[in-house]
Amino acid sequence: MIYLTLFWTFFEIGAFTFGGGYAMLPLIQAQVEAHGWLTSRELIDFIAVSESTPGPFAVNVSTYVGAETGGVFGAFCATLGVILPSFLVILFVARCFAKFQSNRFVKGGMSGLKPAVVGLIAAAVISTGRTVFFPAGISAAACLSFAFLSSLLIFAVMLLLSFKKVHPILIILLSGACGIGAGYLQRYV
Amino acid sequence: MEAEKEEKERESRRKTVPALFFTFLKIGAFTFGGGYAMIPLIQKEIVEKKKWIADKDLLDVVAIAESTPGPIAINSATFVGYQVAGFWGAFFATLGVALPSFVIILLISCILRQFESIQIVKYAFNGIRAGVLALIIRAMTSMYRQCPKGLFSYVVMFAVFLLVAFLKVNVLLVLIGCCLAGIAASLLAERRAKA
Repeated sequence: MIYLTLFWTFFEIGAFTFGGGYAMLPLIQAQVEAHGWLTSRELIDFIAVSESTPGPFAVNVSTYVGAETGGVFGAFCATLGVILPSFLVILFVARCFAKFQSNRFVKGGMSGLKPAVVGLIAAAVISTGRTVFFPAGISAAACLSFAFLSSLLIFAVMLLLSFKKVHPILIILLSGACGIGAGYLQRYV
Repeated sequence: MEAEKEEKERESRRKTVPALFFTFLKIGAFTFGGGYAMIPLIQKEIVEKKKWIADKDLLDVVAIAESTPGPIAINSATFVGYQVAGFWGAFFATLGVALPSFVIILLISCILRQFESIQIVKYAFNGIRAGVLALIIRAMTSMYRQCPKGLFSYVVMFAVFLLVAFLKVNVLLVLIGCCLAGIAASLLAERRAKA
């Protein structure tokens, strides 16, 4: 039952995302690859799409995966799944949020989850880096290929720009333009 | 008595439910990147224009959204909606904030596959993937900045990184472990402070 699987998978993702956005990336990566819904390359491409369209990443990615695997109703189930844990937890917390905020277990738990999120995103950097730089597996020959070197150059420039607070959409447009330039350069030179 | 008064106030606020829906629809449609990008928009629309919540309460919204599971955007919408107009406020605010994404991505998913086979798009995405990696690294550094510093934090960061990136341990188990470790560490610190 694909709809139930979609709902439950994204319910889990929604329930275990702290800090939002890319913190959920390793979880999404593991799930979509395990189910064979998207390859890691497709997921990275979709991150770019999500950054350039309005709305939260979580909703975007669940709608997309749902639509790809189960059509409109699949998209609905996945999105409902990712939203529902938030909705229920907030409804509960909103009644007693002063107590919730000062609760020592909540505070303690958060003191473990905050650094965990940093570690999770670092793990996503490794797996994304592998897909970006070594799409055909890690080897010495791959390190000398045109594709590797051009990706490395684009990455270095974009990293610099992103730390200069250049807007993410501009980063995506620029890196896309660089990619097109590199592609035609390789083809015709 | 207090509760009754509160309930009456909420009753009068039910009228604001449609306005909540459309305001969050607007916020959902104009927030790129989601999450924290939404906070300034909430401030402008909900605090300044509609005056539904006070400026100081916005800090609570952010704090709650951060310390509960789920996407920041959804958490904030549900929380603000509930504060303004109870359950149905929460329901329609959340629906409003998610709807633009849902519709836009549904449309995109119909055409994305066709674009993917065009050569120039393939080249563009080869570059874009390298750009996305840079964006993820930036997200990581901004999460790092918000994180409490100290030996415990560094150990957790490094352990999570190793467990997830190389040992392929289930992410859910790792998160539950970190939550318990955080509770244990803070209880221990509390006891030590008392003694």
